[in-house]
Amino acid sequence: MKRVQFERSTVPYFFVAPQIAIIAVFFLWPAAQAIYQSFLLEDAFGLSSQFVWFRNYEDTILNFAWLQSAGFTVVFSAAVTLGSLSIALLLAVKANEVLHGSSSYKTMLMWAYAVAPPVAGLMGNLMFNPFIGDLYTAMNVLGWDFNQKLDAFDAGFVVILISVWKQVSVNFIFFLSGLQGISKGVMEAATLDCRSPTKRFWTITFPLLAPTTFFLMVINITYAFFETFGIIDTTTRGAPGGATNTLVYKVYTDGFLGADLGGSSAQSVILMLMVLALTVFQFRFIERKVHY
Amino acid sequence: MSTLTLSGINKRYDNGAHAVRGVDMDISDGELIVFVGPSGCGKSTLLRMVAGLEAITEGEMKIDGTRINEISPADRDVAMVFQNYALYPHMSVFRNMAYGLSNRGMAKSDIEAKVRETARMLRIEDYLERKPAQLSGGQRQRVAMGRAIVRSPKLFLFDEPLSNLDAKLRVQMRIEIKRLQRELGVTSIYVTHDQTEAMTLADRLAVINEGKVEQMGSPMDLYSDPKTLFVASFIGSPHINLLPARFENGELQVGATTMPGFEALPEGVPLMLGVRPEHIAQHPEGAFEISVDLVEQLGADSLIYGAVSGFNGDEPHELCVRAGEASQREPGELLKLNFETDRAMVFRQDSGERLV
Repeated sequence: MKRVQFERSTVPYFFVAPQIAIIAVFFLWPAAQAIYQSFLLEDAFGLSSQFVWFRNYEDTILNFAWLQSAGFTVVFSAAVTLGSLSIALLLAVKANEVLHGSSSYKTMLMWAYAVAPPVAGLMGNLMFNPFIGDLYTAMNVLGWDFNQKLDAFDAGFVVILISVWKQVSVNFIFFLSGLQGISKGVMEAATLDCRSPTKRFWTITFPLLAPTTFFLMVINITYAFFETFGIIDTTTRGAPGGATNTLVYKVYTDGFLGADLGGSSAQSVILMLMVLALTVFQFRFIERKVHY
Repeated sequence: MSTLTLSGINKRYDNGAHAVRGVDMDISDGELIVFVGPSGCGKSTLLRMVAGLEAITEGEMKIDGTRINEISPADRDVAMVFQNYALYPHMSVFRNMAYGLSNRGMAKSDIEAKVRETARMLRIEDYLERKPAQLSGGQRQRVAMGRAIVRSPKLFLFDEPLSNLDAKLRVQMRIEIKRLQRELGVTSIYVTHDQTEAMTLADRLAVINEGKVEQMGSPMDLYSDPKTLFVASFIGSPHINLLPARFENGELQVGATTMPGFEALPEGVPLMLGVRPEHIAQHPEGAFEISVDLVEQLGADSLIYGAVSGFNGDEPHELCVRAGEASQREPGELLKLNFETDRAMVFRQDSGERLV
């Protein structure tokens, strides 16, 4: 087929220029800086630096603290994504069946969306405070020897719980609109074809929600990777002993608190590559199973 | 091989709307019943109550003598064809048809054979691996039919299945539905607002208006012997001609004209005279006179439209006459007409009840 060639003009470049400028200033330039920094070893005051090739990367990957942090990030992201998606889906399915007072019910479920991650973290911190925290008391009364300051599992539980709670509302909105987008006729045809509501859900409703689920999965993994920074900073701060240190939080502590700019840059470059790989994987292998 | 009995069926919604009012009906084995009526008359609601998609407020429904009010839709063994097809968009045509069978625990090899046989019957074998989105409207319609047929249900329910097709395809599918229903001998209910579709398909026709069955019978019965004004005006294309009339001094007054041959009608009550377009004859000494507005040539015959003389301006007095052969009448011409008195009908205007 012959392609139509239009006369070249410079005008379109002016139209895309603002977008290009934004990407260049806020993404390309910092990314290039990070890559450049990751090859440098700087003194603590930033007065001198030395080009060290891949030494920063070696130090990062071979470091136990980084491996621990990477491991926690994987578990944390999986738990947050799975937890918030499944809770939101359950709530959306139930809300979709509600006939009376449905709008106020839905509004209440969406409220949590308005809470910023650091605020959510702060609220969680208060609820799990050993002196005044109601949840802390409740856990211990129920027989769980709960202490997030000392126990790695308990600390992980707290940050995951808060992160999930914060994200459920967004997922809920998307799932609900996804459910309402399914044709009523299709659901009725399914009631005539299949007796069991559970089976109907897994064979008809869930596959038809797949585009929404896939989109939310990408969003939630990104959220768990990056946006939970505020929650961790206001609750555990990586404690106890780095057990709740996500990769992003470690970049921050090593770079800004530890003043190791080179090592921190190397970590963020690795993080970038991980996210890139994850995105490629999601679109290559999971999206194929999605019916739009 | 199934019969369906409805007795005293009522449907009231929470908002107080009374959609179906006391419907009684006996449908015998292998019959094709058509519910016809204007939109919002409750015909679809009634069908959906048979399917189990709407709860029955009052009354009893029986398939083969067994009460089905409390039985879940999937266990009633009925299959429905929806207006917008309602195919499962994420499943292939094969899986769409197999879904209901595998949920009923049929063996894989049996399902395969059954689906292929049905697909052959509907000429959709070549599309079995396709998704619904890759099919044309007519093909989707066939798949929707296939999904119903493959289950060999006790009842077929059709909810305006042809309204999304173009005119030519609609006629073709209509004939096909009739043929398939004859072949399979499955008791069927078909809902439509299109009276031509209703007339051509039905063994028996139920005309529904405001939630009530106005009249039920064979298409020809309803056409030539309607019990109410509503049925008379709903069935027939072009519509029956209706002229306001009055019975005074032992004679029927239609506008300025006196029509002989009517006796013992209530006096002083507004009446309506109904005459089908083919029961009007052109006659040089006819009692009625129209001035021709429009002539529609249909090929085999023609329809002449015009206003009857001798009426006040605000009364309806448009008339349609079916002329046997291609008519040479021109607009503006005056035409003398006679009504066939023995085929004419008289209704009460207030209750719609037929008197003659």
